[in-house]
Amino acid sequence: MKLIKIATVLVAGALALTACGSNDGGSASAASTVRVNGFSILEQANKTVFDDFKKTDAGKGVTFQTSYGASGDQSRGVESGNKADLVHYSLESDVTRLVKANLVDQNWKSATPTNGVLTSSVVVFVVRKGNPKNIKTWDDLVKPGVQVITPNPGSSGSARWNILAAWAHITGNGGTEAQAKDFVTKLFGNTIALPGSGREATTAFTDGSGDVLLSYENEAILAKQSGADVDYIVPDDTLKIENPGAVTKNAPKAAKDFLAYQVSKEGQAAYAKSGFRPVVDGVDVGDVEGANDPSNPFPAPAKLFTIQDTFGGWGVAADKYFGDGTEGKPLGLITAIQQATGKGVDQ
Amino acid sequence: MTQAPSRLETADDLTTEPVPPTGRRLRRVRQTPRSTLTRGAGLSLGIAMIWFSLLVLLPLAAIVAKAAEGGWSNYLHVIQDDQTWAAVTLTVSQAALVTVLNVVVGTVIAWVLVRDHFPGKALLDVIIDVPFALPTIVAGLVLLSLYGPKSPVGVHWAFTPNAVFLAFAFVTLPFVVRTVQPVLEELDADVEEAAASLGAARLTILRRILLPSLVPAIAAGAALSFARAISEYGALVLLSGNKPYETEVVSVRVLSFIENGSTASAAAVASLMLFVALVVIVGLDLVQRGVAGRG
Repeated sequence: MKLIKIATVLVAGALALTACGSNDGGSASAASTVRVNGFSILEQANKTVFDDFKKTDAGKGVTFQTSYGASGDQSRGVESGNKADLVHYSLESDVTRLVKANLVDQNWKSATPTNGVLTSSVVVFVVRKGNPKNIKTWDDLVKPGVQVITPNPGSSGSARWNILAAWAHITGNGGTEAQAKDFVTKLFGNTIALPGSGREATTAFTDGSGDVLLSYENEAILAKQSGADVDYIVPDDTLKIENPGAVTKNAPKAAKDFLAYQVSKEGQAAYAKSGFRPVVDGVDVGDVEGANDPSNPFPAPAKLFTIQDTFGGWGVAADKYFGDGTEGKPLGLITAIQQATGKGVDQ
Repeated sequence: MTQAPSRLETADDLTTEPVPPTGRRLRRVRQTPRSTLTRGAGLSLGIAMIWFSLLVLLPLAAIVAKAAEGGWSNYLHVIQDDQTWAAVTLTVSQAALVTVLNVVVGTVIAWVLVRDHFPGKALLDVIIDVPFALPTIVAGLVLLSLYGPKSPVGVHWAFTPNAVFLAFAFVTLPFVVRTVQPVLEELDADVEEAAASLGAARLTILRRILLPSLVPAIAAGAALSFARAISEYGALVLLSGNKPYETEVVSVRVLSFIENGSTASAAAVASLMLFVALVVIVGLDLVQRGVAGRG
């Protein structure tokens, strides 16, 4: 009996070893396989884009291996050895992390005519059907009694777009930093929940909590496409969300072809169907189901702030606003506000 | 069945050769076919230790090493941070409350499952394990729809510290039940009857006969339940609201550090929780041994 047990263990061990070996050998056909590593919301949108790309000359015979998850987690995964040919994240800092790790070329932005941006959206307010609280502007969010939900900017990088949009509403319109602090403090005062990610925040909202959900336009359109009983408002002044992407060093030609396709008019039209705003001009978006006005799905806000012009880019903004105050980083302006509102102290 | 004799033989072997270094014993064994059992024991000990080191000891050591990377001052700074402290207090206190609840309710459920007979008992016995099997994020969804703003039962606990308690209670329920149940099954009801016939009151029987046998199992279940609770994330991210100082638990705090690239700070908080878990587990283990020793 014991001998059989030992034999079983040895055989199992040998099997495990051979399994490792065959995994290593399996990458021989990588030339026509593109490993895409992206943030979670892309999953649905990419399916159509993949199919459309395979119909082009460059895309014939190309297969895709995909991996989706929270933007920061995905990027940290690739940094610590998860293989990827093309990365597509929510925040620029997630791509620059890979530049620092020597996995992405430092001139990655020049690989596309869009300065590295592959998909785009804007920060919007998702409200209950018929907008019973009559939410129209940022100032409506800080009125007493309005309950706000927004994903947690501490633990979710993508959620930081929302809070910076609120900040830009003040500083982008000529307000001072002190006024912005005051505004965001009031906003956090009205915030009833900070779910872990954009999708979780949408779930909490559609489940019945809160009056306003701070979200991305594409997420709002997707929610309406999947039948959620909500409306969304594009405020007159809001922040442009730009999702960057790049191929990694040593990526196969197919990955570069796909990157080019993503920012082509056809690729952008496919992303538009899932609610993303085109990043190049002249895209025929057609009707977008789920948009407020499907025939004119992406109305231009009167004022559109960008992370570059209003905040000096993510390289500066990440620590200045969201630093956690440890390991030599400053305590971010917004982190400090969150702490203060949590303690019930007004700044 | 074969375990008892093999243990005897091992003990025998040890007495004839008091300090057998594993390597030497293996070599010696090769010549004497009688000791295949010892060889097996040595091999399984080796496999157990390698497996345990790879899966548990190495990662734990890595956490401590990572925490040390940030330096002592950063460690103290993170541990003394108000927000971290609030998250730790919330997590540990709710986990402790849930553990106390599980000790009582879990034991009662185990008792009902073993001693009582009622229709649907087998079904209940199976359903107890569902919280184990359910992906915790699904549990979070279910809890949100049950105790959120649209609650069909009229309990509106979403985004309050109670939500943390609920989520912990949901995922840890099976632990005490499943540790106490088999012990209770082994207990002979005759002893209780004998005690009763000798005039012992029900409370005395519980205190003198039942509890001494059950406490080790209860303590083991409580340790598991506490450890599981302080590490919970999925079931409560949706329900608790993650507001700093109010409903932010340790795992969310750790995630925030990771999102900012402060891995040493994240590891510092993790090492603190490891310490808390260790204290509680060792404490409950001592209770277990104390009672077992008395018995």
